[in-house]
Amino acid sequence: MNEYFEMILPLIFYFVLIFGIALWGSKLSNSRRDTKGFMEEYFLGSRSMGGFVLAMAIITTYTSASSFVGGPGVAYKVGLGWILLSMIQVPTAFLTLGVLGKRFALISRRIGAVTITDFIRARYSNELVAVTASLALLVFFMASMLAQFIGGARLFETITGYSYRIGLLIFGLTVIIYTTVGGFRAVVLTDTIQGVMMLFASVAILFAVVNAGGGIEEIMQTLKATDPDLLTPTGAGDAIPKPFILSFWILVGIGILGLPQTTQKCMGYRDSRSMHRAMVIGTFVVGFTMLAMHLVGTLGRAVIPDIEIGDLAVPTLTVKLLSPFWAGIFIAGPLAAIMSTVDSMLIMCSAAIIKDIYLHYTNKKGNKNVSPATVKKMSFVVTAVAGILVFAAALQPPSLLVWINLFAFGGLEAVFFCPTLFGLYWERANSTGALISMLAGVAAFFWFNLSKTSIAGTTPIVPTLVISAAVFVAASCFGKPESKERIEKFRL
Amino acid sequence: MSSEKISAALKKETYVIIVLYLLFFVWWYAAAYGFGDDASQYEYICGFPEWFFYSCIVGYVGISFILWAAVHFFFSDIPLNGEDIENE
Repeated sequence: MNEYFEMILPLIFYFVLIFGIALWGSKLSNSRRDTKGFMEEYFLGSRSMGGFVLAMAIITTYTSASSFVGGPGVAYKVGLGWILLSMIQVPTAFLTLGVLGKRFALISRRIGAVTITDFIRARYSNELVAVTASLALLVFFMASMLAQFIGGARLFETITGYSYRIGLLIFGLTVIIYTTVGGFRAVVLTDTIQGVMMLFASVAILFAVVNAGGGIEEIMQTLKATDPDLLTPTGAGDAIPKPFILSFWILVGIGILGLPQTTQKCMGYRDSRSMHRAMVIGTFVVGFTMLAMHLVGTLGRAVIPDIEIGDLAVPTLTVKLLSPFWAGIFIAGPLAAIMSTVDSMLIMCSAAIIKDIYLHYTNKKGNKNVSPATVKKMSFVVTAVAGILVFAAALQPPSLLVWINLFAFGGLEAVFFCPTLFGLYWERANSTGALISMLAGVAAFFWFNLSKTSIAGTTPIVPTLVISAAVFVAASCFGKPESKERIEKFRL
Repeated sequence: MSSEKISAALKKETYVIIVLYLLFFVWWYAAAYGFGDDASQYEYICGFPEWFFYSCIVGYVGISFILWAAVHFFFSDIPLNGEDIENE
């Protein structure tokens, strides 16, 4: 048998399994006859996630190509210090769920919110706040999805030897089809399987690397002989100074409370116990994956020392150390990480277009009678079209979107962090504060990035969040408080 | 469960999370930079430099257990649907 084919085989099985789940999801959403029921099902899985699924849905949406390829690639170059940096993401799951989880669950049920924009629209009286949120979400999500597609297709190309286009075609279409057909339920159930796949993949490759290097002790001595700084927390060539690692901590350790793709999951679980279980499982899983994959990068340097480009470290190690069949299993890991990030964003883009924009404005115009069948059809079409647009863009990546992606993660935080957090925890928060803070946040983020201004060695996200929070508080105190009835709905 | 009880429980849970978070952060940071950055002086545990073992491995496993215990002792099973919440 052709060895490339042998590598593809586990992937094909895996994709078939995913399609099966999507079909099951579509049966459930088709059984909903009314518009509201369909929306809750298609965009939020009828708030039925259990603990394990919730944990995996949050973790896999959060971990993307960078956890499997980019991050370990840098760890290969600079050593243990980069693993230290990645480990600040351990609290991701329990911080998100612990701070936002129950409040979001209670309030979103009370006000019937399905998306983060629903929440924002109900909390702040100014229409512009909700529109800004929807637009920011669409632009940044589109750019991020594109980057994930490109990353996935390149990885596929490097490992299997098939072309970029074939890779894109296989996993790109898979993710578009299952998301369109199965909705949120398919997204989170496939995420669960993808999460398990990621765990297996990281264990397999870590085991292979440690084995090939002759055990941890020997590897550490080899690294020390190569460059003693590979063993220090500041990394080879002092690549990771303290202001930098602390900035990264703000970006991924605090700012994540503003990422709509993870915070939205807080609306979709079944009961308190599911959330408790998800905090524990999620923390364990994210820590394990981060530790294992980044160790692969660092330790891999002792096994194959001469890889020039960091991004090639993991693909090269995979091909050299694993048999084709196992390499096929492994590549499912990062592809899973990519697909599980894209599917969440895709379904949320679709929700933003259908629910936050289309239905909201047709209702406002007095046309309350959009039939459930129309909504259903439109939801499918919008999800598919959004996916296909990104897919087409990935065939011939437009430089503007690739450029926007660099700002997507921080940009989303600049827009959503303050309105979300203050909206839940501070009654005085109002639309004046939210609107000015969102705009100021994005403007500051772009300005600090483009002018390459750094304050005390930090990266742009630090001044951005400080500015958006300060502006939020100041403008809220200055602006008109929200009405009593509005605030009452959010009182817990 | 009355809405006052829910409100108190939510507040307590937020504080517990903040404490856990600070605990993890301080441990992560202190262990990482507490051993200096001269690789020739490092001691090794299970093959890893001491700082790495404590910060990245003990820190991670430790917080997982502490979190599990904290959830078990401090978190309450709050009803999420409006109908189950009595207004007193």
